[in-house]
Amino acid sequence: MRLESKTPSGPIEQRWDRAKFDMKLVNPANKRKYTVIVVGTGLAGGSAAATLAELGYNVLNFTFHDSPRRAHSIAAQGGINAAKNYQNDGDSIYRLFYDTVKGGDFRARESNVYRLAQISVDIIDQCVAQGVPFAREYGGVLANRSFGGAQVSRTFYARGQTGQQLLLGAYSALERQVAAGRVKMFPRTEMLDLIVINGRARGIVTRNVVTGKIETFLADAVVLGTGGYGNVFYLSTNAKLSNCTAIWRAYKRGATLANPCFTQIHPTCIPVSGEYQSKLTLMSESLRNDGRIWVPLDKSDKRSPDQIPESHRDYFLERRYPSFGNLVPRDVASRAAKAVCDEGRGVGETGLGVYLDFADAIKRLGAPVIRERYGNLFEMYERITGEDPYKVPMRIFPAIHYTMGGLWVDYELMSNIPGLFVIGEANFSDHGANRLGASALMQGLADGYFVIPYTMGNYLANSNLEKVDSSHQSCREAIEHVTTTNNRLLSIKGKRTVDSFHRELGKLLWDHCGMARNPDGLNKALQRIPELRDEFWRNVNVLGENEEVNQALEKAGRVADFLEFGELMCLDALERNESCGGHFREDWRTPEGEAMRDDVNFTHVAAWEHQGPGKKPLRHAEPLNFEYVHPTQRSYK
Amino acid sequence: MKIILNIWRQKNPSSPGKLVRYVLPSVSEHMSFLEMLDVLNEDLMQKGDDPVTFEHDCREGICGSCGIMIDGVAHGPLPGTTVCQLHMRHFKDGDELVLEPWRAKAFPVLKDLMVDRSAFDRIIQAGGYISVNTGSAPDANAIPVPKPDAERAMDAAACIGCGACVAACPNASASLFTAAKVSHLGLLPQGQPERPQRVISMVNSMNAELFGSCTNIGECEAVCPKRIPIETIALMHRDYLKACWSFRPESTASQGAG
Repeated sequence: MRLESKTPSGPIEQRWDRAKFDMKLVNPANKRKYTVIVVGTGLAGGSAAATLAELGYNVLNFTFHDSPRRAHSIAAQGGINAAKNYQNDGDSIYRLFYDTVKGGDFRARESNVYRLAQISVDIIDQCVAQGVPFAREYGGVLANRSFGGAQVSRTFYARGQTGQQLLLGAYSALERQVAAGRVKMFPRTEMLDLIVINGRARGIVTRNVVTGKIETFLADAVVLGTGGYGNVFYLSTNAKLSNCTAIWRAYKRGATLANPCFTQIHPTCIPVSGEYQSKLTLMSESLRNDGRIWVPLDKSDKRSPDQIPESHRDYFLERRYPSFGNLVPRDVASRAAKAVCDEGRGVGETGLGVYLDFADAIKRLGAPVIRERYGNLFEMYERITGEDPYKVPMRIFPAIHYTMGGLWVDYELMSNIPGLFVIGEANFSDHGANRLGASALMQGLADGYFVIPYTMGNYLANSNLEKVDSSHQSCREAIEHVTTTNNRLLSIKGKRTVDSFHRELGKLLWDHCGMARNPDGLNKALQRIPELRDEFWRNVNVLGENEEVNQALEKAGRVADFLEFGELMCLDALERNESCGGHFREDWRTPEGEAMRDDVNFTHVAAWEHQGPGKKPLRHAEPLNFEYVHPTQRSYK
Repeated sequence: MKIILNIWRQKNPSSPGKLVRYVLPSVSEHMSFLEMLDVLNEDLMQKGDDPVTFEHDCREGICGSCGIMIDGVAHGPLPGTTVCQLHMRHFKDGDELVLEPWRAKAFPVLKDLMVDRSAFDRIIQAGGYISVNTGSAPDANAIPVPKPDAERAMDAAACIGCGACVAACPNASASLFTAAKVSHLGLLPQGQPERPQRVISMVNSMNAELFGSCTNIGECEAVCPKRIPIETIALMHRDYLKACWSFRPESTASQGAG
């Protein structure tokens, strides 16, 4: 298989414009003859569905939630980047591009990243026009703040609820199209398979989570905006229902999956408190603007934090990275926190935590300013831990937060299956091996509002699509497959709950494929995962039936996929013999303990192709070229 | 600590429901309320009993999926908090609680504690948006927005659509939900062109969905996890009244044109 990235040539600043000009158009009267399926209603899926409908396409939009507004984009806190340079502090499209390529540890396509930086400015315009209530200065203009991995203030925000406000903007645009009859919305409808006919993606199989009805929907193209796979680790900052089922089932139908081992650990999450823990809660990275991270200098120092004098504290990020300080990128901050905890200097009952201290900021700015900036985050922290961060430092620890890997897509965001487009976190495209803060919202909306509307037209205008109906062999086979899988899950009637398998898988992956990885551990995980999967299919206990609300059945299907996906993630981590971004291999580090890339052998995207059950997937490499930003060891010193 | 739960169990919309008593012998004070229900469900499944269906997703108080009446109070006893963010340290050993789904004609029960809130989406479809197609926006700083207006708009925009306001209201009114969106958009310059027709059509949609009317009781504000102020309802009523005098529907306005 050849992975053709379709990256345009020429000067980088002209590539997207030229690509747009070269794309074929569908004339307005013909657009209504095409139907597009969009799965997911988050920032990527919701904005894509709304915009495609505005252009005149018929859109069928699916979400397993009760409403499109519940998509997990809603939980993003900190902000969205854009190269507006409103602060006159030296920002530019080129600088955002540069920061993102460097922040991604030179494992992203330059052309994609440049396009993202270009589009970023249009996103802010669009969102403001929709009524997104971004933070403002007294003069009425937009406010900005800085974020990890950047030395300029380019992050737009709406208190600590930026994702919510952007999603509600996309949701309102979407509901407007529902009212106009151009989007048909299918809530509480989960995609369980992809239908591929004559090599093209033509539809999906869904299950209605209220009635259990399994049916097919057909269209001229399918767009997946179904999010990332962070929940493979069980404990993550992802919402409980986030899963990899849509992308995994597309993978099993032939779509290649790229860089699954690129997972992001977020440094500022509330530490785990007990076995019953169901998820981890993120504290926005924006807190690192004013909070200072430290641990006691001496591991035997068990005094309460206010009793530890300055001279006995180690502000380890400021010490190790003086020029970025507490604002180093997420992967660097997370590993540094792990390192001090490994030394035994971690704080809290479990020793798995570091302080994030606002005492200096409160002294400098006063509590009201801090309350205005982070009030809702401080409240959330207090609700969960019972401690008041205005008085005692927060305790934080890294947790799985985002996944850079995903289905492989070309420059037009189309997978290797023609007609299957993948957008937002579900694809692998723009963040390389590490995503910078406030860039996920940017990418989701860029893909949905400004990329897919063009590339979809180009695909449809260039394709001669035959009529298909649900009596087609591929449809019947896919429905049969989904029905059989569900019935099998319901008939096992074993002894262990779905969650107990999920928890065990998560622990295994966190231990061996989490913040630090090594070949020994990965091999152990690769041996254990198939055993666990076998046990799952022999011993899982799923009660009830298909034809009713059955949350255990929904979960079982998702965990079955995680049990396969986790193996691929470990395999990818094992074969990528280097450290880069979120993928940190203990056998690949510099003498100072920083990540060490192997540019000679690994300046490429690894895209995995499914070979059938029980067979090792095939690893393809798409070489990456860096013409503008030359790979160097990332330094935030 | 020991907690006793009386939970509403209902197999589907058409079958009758009833309260079932469960005793949880060892609940940790650090657990969230939903983590306690997770533990109960694991236990029920081990015994071969049907687990309790409840909706949840982000567990950070922002997605709006969760919502349970705890002893008759939407989202439970802690103000400004969704049930997923409510921790067991706020309860005492031996507490006996009643858990019920949202009760409103417009929110039919689907199973146990899960209800159908799609009426909220239809209210938004009626006008909870600014009609601007992608690509046609002016520069984001072209229209300054006074900071106090932006802040007030944000206060209203914080609504998570959980439905607690409806569940708490003796009239099952959706006024706070609707008013939050009307106020959010009505307070911003971008929202002015459609302000009159927006409020008329959203209020009409709210009535058509069989939500009750507002009689200024204030239960909605008391339980709102995002503390949406009740003054938004006053703003909505004022806008509605004004719009009724001034707004001419397009079909009449365009008659005789050209």
